[in-house]
Parts: sequence; structure tokens; C-alpha cells
Amino acid sequence: MAKEIMTTNRAVAEAVKLAKPQVVPVYPITPQTTISEYLAQFVADGDLDAEYIRVESEHSAISATLGASEAGVRVFTATSSQGLMLMHEILFAAAGMRAPIVMADANRAISAPLNIWNDQQDSIAQRDAGWIQLYVENAQEGFDTILQAYRIAEHEEVMLPVMVCLDGFILTHTVEPVDLLEQAEVDSFLEPYVPKFAYLDPERPMSLGNFADPTYYTEARHNMQVAMDKSMEVIKEVGAEFGERFGREYGLTESYLCDDAEIILVCMGSMASTVRYVVDQLREKGEKVGLLKIRSYRPFPFEEIDEIVKNADKLAVLDKNFSFGIGGALFADLKAKCHKETYGFILGLGGRDVIPEYIEEAVELTKNPVKEVTWLGLKEDE
Amino acid sequence: MEFPEEELLAPGHRGCAGCGVAIAVRLALKALGKNTVVACATGCLDVMTSPYPETAWEVPWIHVAFENAGAVASGVERALKTQGKEDVNVVAFGGDGGTADIGIQSLSGAMERGHNITYICYDNEAYMNTGIQRSGATPYGASTTTSPVGNLSFGEDKPKKNMAFIMAAHGIPYVATASISYPEDFMKKVKKAAETKGPAYIHLHQPCTTGWGFKPEHTIKLGRLAVETGAWGLFEIKNGEFRVTYRPQERKPVVEYLSAQKRFRHLKEEQINEIQEFVDNQCEELGI
Repeated sequence: MAKEIMTTNRAVAEAVKLAKPQVVPVYPITPQTTISEYLAQFVADGDLDAEYIRVESEHSAISATLGASEAGVRVFTATSSQGLMLMHEILFAAAGMRAPIVMADANRAISAPLNIWNDQQDSIAQRDAGWIQLYVENAQEGFDTILQAYRIAEHEEVMLPVMVCLDGFILTHTVEPVDLLEQAEVDSFLEPYVPKFAYLDPERPMSLGNFADPTYYTEARHNMQVAMDKSMEVIKEVGAEFGERFGREYGLTESYLCDDAEIILVCMGSMASTVRYVVDQLREKGEKVGLLKIRSYRPFPFEEIDEIVKNADKLAVLDKNFSFGIGGALFADLKAKCHKETYGFILGLGGRDVIPEYIEEAVELTKNPVKEVTWLGLKEDE
Repeated sequence: MEFPEEELLAPGHRGCAGCGVAIAVRLALKALGKNTVVACATGCLDVMTSPYPETAWEVPWIHVAFENAGAVASGVERALKTQGKEDVNVVAFGGDGGTADIGIQSLSGAMERGHNITYICYDNEAYMNTGIQRSGATPYGASTTTSPVGNLSFGEDKPKKNMAFIMAAHGIPYVATASISYPEDFMKKVKKAAETKGPAYIHLHQPCTTGWGFKPEHTIKLGRLAVETGAWGLFEIKNGEFRVTYRPQERKPVVEYLSAQKRFRHLKEEQINEIQEFVDNQCEELGI
């Protein structure tokens, strides 16, 4: 199929249409809104045979999504920022109830101050909810990742919800060429969802979401950890199969010129494109730098990361989020899990541009460190 | 009317002796039958009936959180619809806190969207599961652990939120009040609600031995006293038509209901008179 020009939100909506969810409860929020609009139009035109529930809040969006998933059908919802925050409690319930939900999050800053632009604090704040989190770099990855997300979430040894994270505006509202797939191609890759374990059916009454005392709670949570570990293999298998079928391969991470790199820049999402550009520029000047893009933030693939960074001297980690007193979340995870000299950089908060100069500065400050964590582009007088 | 012997809420659950909500659910499920899916808000009901690995539920049942039974039921209903299972009764149960307070938004959304669901609020007039704290449905004068009697307080100082009328204001096809002490009236209303195309709401008055302070064997008696004194009225609003479904032949003085419960025992004559006046006005408005 020829490439079409579209935003990542459109690409995500097209992928959802091809995945054929039966129930789509959704609530509008910038910059996710156009996903909910495209899906509404698909349903209105009969192009997507789904029940579209116009809920009164994100809290009810995820609650209705979970209810529908537990009733045994494929589901989709999407949100952003404050909406994801409102969902917070139910995100944990959805993962704990092992619902294979797929949700897109248009990454946006968290209030206050109120800000509609991009950073990744919203999804990072849901890090421990028990959701698989996949970050995408561009519209094509958004399209491809939604389709893979259903295969991963619905895998019988995983059964965990998947959040596909798209940088707000930078991806959601920017048009790019995207290779769409035909329905038959998608059908051959993604079969209809048939619930195997727990679902609501009067023919086979089961209780879902029970109360569990200390005798059982720990094991229920540990089972999630086991599933999350297993999901690493599944993400790789599904990404490899997608590559074999459609020519675009995916894994837990993506590395660029890391084998001989002295400094490896580590980041997630759309920032990887800017970093790749800077790596090329610096390589031309003879600097040995590389890019490690983390696609799967949860599960965190530290063994694979360890292998990729083993020859490097230092890591420079770029985070569009921060934890007070620690630095960025990705920085903290790498510090905890990889035995490398690691420096953290906070940038791109609330939609501030991530410009090549900041990346170059990060490389300089990793070569000649002043402190462990630096906020790039900080205006001291504001 | 038909009164099936089969129990769809199994015995052995962890409700208190004399628990009113256990009676409520048994009656409701007898009216609904097996072709039913239940969505349950957090509260006494979920905790006492679902301690893993046990369950008292003989019908499919789901619990997610405190404030979202309306939204969960919405998702369940639509998912069943896409599977051609439109004949299944989708019923949500929430306590008064889960319904009138923390759950009112998701309930309002579900009602306004026209889902084919029945929502039953089991109203025991306070947060009983957490230890008898005041809710929006706690009646005037009741002493709870967060509206206690004290030197400067006679207990709850606001009247009960009128959920049935709030639901009726959504323009839904069926709204009713009921009491566990009038099982035939309640079960008929549950059947009507389930047969209604679209959303239905039943506000069920349910005495609580632990929270109200009366002997466990008096649960049904207390429910009767509430209705016989006019403190609780039984009515339905079907497609906008209001109808009282039970009228006491002669209303008893409200003090008979109040004095039978520890939560009102502190009330002085002045407050009892105030409550009597309130009840008289309420009965006049309802036509009881």
C-alpha cells in the first residue's frame, strides 16, 4: 500500500480500526482528542463496528473499558495528561484484574502550571501501575505499535494492559508519511480476541475483582511480575514477526552506532529522532557517540541494555520527566540497573523544544561532568 | 407473585448476623434469575461476599472500585450487546456512599447515556463498611462516627440527599424506592426495572443492625417501622408517571422508629418534633 500523509493520532486511529475492538469508551482531552474524533467518525460511517461509549470522564472511560474487557471483548481507549491522572486508580485495577486493554496516551505535561504541551511526566507517573509501556518515535511506529500491543496484551502468558505512549503535538499533531496495512494483512497477524480465563458469562458464572486478604495478595501481585518478565520475550517475538510479515522490525530497544560508542545517549519517544541527527553530526566530527532508544520502558529491559552499553564508557540519559531529588526516571532506572558512569539530563518539559544544541551540551557535560543531573536550557532568571 | 426457592447468593458469606444487604441481594436475584451479570461497588457487599478464593455469587460478578459501578456496568452492557447477549440483565449494586457520594458522577453518566442497566442502591444511611461514617444519605439527627453527638452537636444536621428524585431528573424510564421489609413490592420493582428498555434505578432502604444499633433479629421490623411512620416512602416513577406503591393505613408517630435505634437515642423532644414535621411534609408531598 502506498504511503499516506497523516498525524500519529490518525495513524493510531487507523490501526485501532484495523484491530477491530468491539467497545471503545473514550473522553476527549488535548492532544489525544483527534483519536477520539476519528474513531467516532469511523463508527458513524460504519467503518468500525464497535460500541463507542461517550463517557463523562476519563475515570469512567477506563472503568467502562475494564468492564467491557472483563465481559470478554477487545477494547480500546485513549487519553492524555490530566485524564491519565484521573484514571490512576483504575489503571492499577485493570492490570491487577489482568485485562488486555490497549490504550494510547498522548504524552502531555501535568498541571500546575496548566500546560497542554509535551513531556512524559504523565505516563512516567503511572510507571508502577502494572501496565506495559511502549514509547514510539514517529507516526509509523504509532501505527505498528498499536497492532502489536494487542498481540502482546492478549498473549495468554502476559494478560496485562498496554499503554502506547505518543509525544503530544510533536507526534500527535505532526503529519508524516505512514505505510498503512490492508485489513487482510492485519487479520493474518492479529486474530479476534477470545477470552480464555476469567470473563463474565451467565453460562459460566465467575467472580472477578475479588477481595484478597494477606494470604493471597502478595501472590496475585507477584504473578503480575512474572507476566511482566514474560512479556519481554513476547514483545520481541511479536516485533520480530511483524518485521517478517511487513518489513518493519521492533524490539524492546533500538540502538544506533552503539558498538564502538564511548558515550551512549539514552532516551524515549520522539526525542530519538533529534538524538540520531546529533549522533550523525558528532560522528562526522569523529566523536564516538551512539543512541539507545528505549521502546519498552515497562518491562524495563536492563539485561538487553547492559549488553548494548557494555563497551561504552558513559551514559547520558535524556528525560522529559523528573523525580524530585533524583533526576529523570529513566536516569534513575539506568543508575540502579546498569553499572556504568551515568549522567542525567532533564529537558523538553511542558513542550519546550528539544534542540540539537541541548543534546550536544549533554554530550559535553558527560565528557566533562560538573554534576550528576543537569536541567538543560534552564533560564536562571525566570 | 413468583418467589423462587433457589438462592443465587450463597450462604456462608461474611455479612453480620441480621445483615440487611444480604436480604436485599437474595431478593433481587430471586427476581432477576440466573441470566444476570452483577457489577458491584466497593463496600460492605463486595467485602462480605468475595473473599478470595471464595465467592457467594452464583451469577457472574465484577468488582472494580468504589466510585465506578455505573461506568463498569456501562462497559459490561455494551460488551454483552456486541456478543448478541442483549437478554442478560446487567445490574449494579452500590451502597449509599458508593451511589450518592463518590459514585454519583459515574452513575449519572451511565443513566444519561441510556444504558440498558438496573442500578440498585442499598441505602443503609452511612459508610458502614468503614465503621459508620456519615454519608450524603445519612438522615437528620443520626449520630455517626463522623457526625457524632457532642456538647455542641445533636448528630447529622442536614437532611438526606434525595437520590430517587435526582435519578428521575435524568428522565430515565424507571425509578423506584423500595424497602427490604416489603419483599413483594421490592421484587416487583426489580422485575420492572430489568424489563425496562434503558436505565432503571431503585433506591432500597436497608436497615443495618451494626450501624443503626438494634438487635439483629429486628432488621425487618426496623424497615417496616421506617415505612409505617412515613420516614421512608415507597413509590415508583415509570415513564414520568409518579405512583405511591404502598400507603400505611394509619401512619405511626416517627418516634417509634427513632427510639428503636441507638443512632437516634440522644435526640431531644425538640429534634424529634422537627423530624416529625419533616416526615409529615415529606408524606404530604409524596401523597402518603
